[in-house]
Amino acid sequence: MSKKILLSHGGGGEETQNLIKDLFFKHFDNEILLRMEDAASLVMHDHKIAFTTDSFVVSPLFFKGGNIGKLAIAGTVNDLSMMGAKPRYMTCSFMIEEGFLYSHLEEIVISMRDEMAKSGVKIVAGDTKVVPRGGVDGLFINTAGIGEIMCENISAHNLENDDVIIVSNEVGNHGACILATREEIELESDLQTDCTSLWKPVEALINAGVKIHALRDATRGGLSAVLNEWAVTSHVCIEVDEAKIPVAKEVRGVCELLGFEPYEFANEGTMVIALPKKEAHRAVEVLKQFNETAKVAIIGYVSNIYVDKVVLHTPWGSERFLEPPKGELLPRIC
Amino acid sequence: MSEVDLIEGFRDPEHMKALASLITKECKSKINIMEVCGGHTHTIMKFGLSQILPEFIEFVHGPGCPVCIMPKERIDHAIALASMPNTILATLGDMIRVPGSKTSLQKLRAEGKDVRSLYSPLDVIKIAQENPDKNVVFFAIGFETTTPMSAVLVQQAIEKKLTNLFFHINHVTVPEAVDAIMSGGDAKIDAFLGPSHVSVITGYKIYEPIAKTYHTPVVVSGFEPTDVMESVLRVVRQVNEGKSIVENEYARAVSREGNLKAQALVNTYFEKRSHFRWRGIGDIPNSALKLKAEYAAYDAEIVFDEVLPKTELNDHKMCICGDILKGRAKPFDCKVFGKACTPSNPMGSCMVSSEGACSAYFKYGKLNLKGARA
Repeated sequence: MSKKILLSHGGGGEETQNLIKDLFFKHFDNEILLRMEDAASLVMHDHKIAFTTDSFVVSPLFFKGGNIGKLAIAGTVNDLSMMGAKPRYMTCSFMIEEGFLYSHLEEIVISMRDEMAKSGVKIVAGDTKVVPRGGVDGLFINTAGIGEIMCENISAHNLENDDVIIVSNEVGNHGACILATREEIELESDLQTDCTSLWKPVEALINAGVKIHALRDATRGGLSAVLNEWAVTSHVCIEVDEAKIPVAKEVRGVCELLGFEPYEFANEGTMVIALPKKEAHRAVEVLKQFNETAKVAIIGYVSNIYVDKVVLHTPWGSERFLEPPKGELLPRIC
Repeated sequence: MSEVDLIEGFRDPEHMKALASLITKECKSKINIMEVCGGHTHTIMKFGLSQILPEFIEFVHGPGCPVCIMPKERIDHAIALASMPNTILATLGDMIRVPGSKTSLQKLRAEGKDVRSLYSPLDVIKIAQENPDKNVVFFAIGFETTTPMSAVLVQQAIEKKLTNLFFHINHVTVPEAVDAIMSGGDAKIDAFLGPSHVSVITGYKIYEPIAKTYHTPVVVSGFEPTDVMESVLRVVRQVNEGKSIVENEYARAVSREGNLKAQALVNTYFEKRSHFRWRGIGDIPNSALKLKAEYAAYDAEIVFDEVLPKTELNDHKMCICGDILKGRAKPFDCKVFGKACTPSNPMGSCMVSSEGACSAYFKYGKLNLKGARA
């Protein structure tokens, strides 16, 4: 019979120790973690640090191009990277439903290990809880991360008139992929999540001396949420050109079918960048060298025509506001 | 042809500009065009079509949003049904967001009632099969587009001998609603854009009496921006030539007779209601469907009659959704639009559904951009 997670795996006894040693230590192997103290002891010198946490409750747990584990690493790594911080250390808590397949947990853990290799971040402390059936939906993961700030003053407050807006990849892939994978939709497509760690491309931008005003990964609420937040926070208008926003054909298809906007779909490895016009060309050249940001595009600019608002230009000369997403995403009826 | 050719080909900028300039050149006088369907309202707002059309072209937003026209007492039906013990209530799209007299299905769900918003109506069969010890009620909504799906569900419920699946039928029909708007004599409408998906099922023949009786051109239009632009051009040309006939711009999907199989299926299980109360418009004779008497055992309105509230409920008197649905006012004319009434806190149904005129105005056209640039 396939090995399953039992309540006893979370009981704190021998089974817990086995789970930690046979699975987590095996894959998250590093000196600090293996010391098995109550908390990790870290040496930070006088570096400025960035600190963040995020919980991952995605359903389904496995999807094309990733799973909840990859997401739990990339999500926290990206939150740090968006502050210009090199991801250094993470904590990881697993909340596992009794009866969860051990092989699935292992697959998830291995993809976490592989994702960490991309940025060099380490899991240095962790926690495991097993809850009775129905307590969680299979598996929830929480990660927290500490990063060393390599580039200061990146902030949503920094947008200036004439800044250029760049997206690093096609938008909406993750949201559309999750939607298409859901049982109730059953769309057959090759749509893959964009889920990936963005530290390497961000580091390259910093090393190339590109001056970045604002940087944000467009997760929940998508591109639309980021742009609207920036417009309000920096008290500027952001104008984007609809035709220049990269959207995969399949994402477009899913949106048209169900009545959604690709700009409102979540991304897990796509960032939006605001920087001075003269930096734009160099930033694009740097990002083009990485697979995960090869589809980078300049999509708009900052103006003062309508402060606190995002304006979308259509290819035939009309324009409208891109409103921030609201409420639950519900499909259209007719 | 891939699915994307069906999108991008109909959003070609050069084609859009060419149509806009033809319309501007040929349109000589003011034309009020009612787009009956909420899908067209969205296309017009989302793609900013009014901005590239001459001022002579005025769009009047019609009653074609199934969630918007649902009177509060029937939303209360859904809430009463979902509140029954041991019951799963399933419905479509943003129906779950619409407030009834006291609460909404969405809030009820948060309180622990089993309310499901389905992507595909067929899922309701699976839900009924997987929950044999529960009553499953499908709260069926929509115009002629979604009615055949409900008919298939009834057919499958009978074939699979499901005794725990019930239907609360709220299917409404387009021609009677258009008649109700036009026969009052106070609507200022010169032409119609006929719905896309409804017409795929019904065929465009259903609009022939409208064109004839009210001397209004009707152009059945697809949902894409170039569809709407071309349909407007055809309306302009009919007006210029003094014609009022039904034209079919959406010929890639619509025929005169429509989907005969779907129509037969609908006629097998459903019959006309003597009348149906439309939110904001009032009673319209023969404007909705119900299950035929022989399927009474599946009819939630009969089986659960005793839990269903009977009082008719009207909207707050500040809300002008009724006039908007009749084409007599625009969302901007409403005193509470965008202030007391927003998509997060709707007072009237046109704001609730993403297919509603107020919601479309709020989302895509809340402020006058041209004014800002001038």
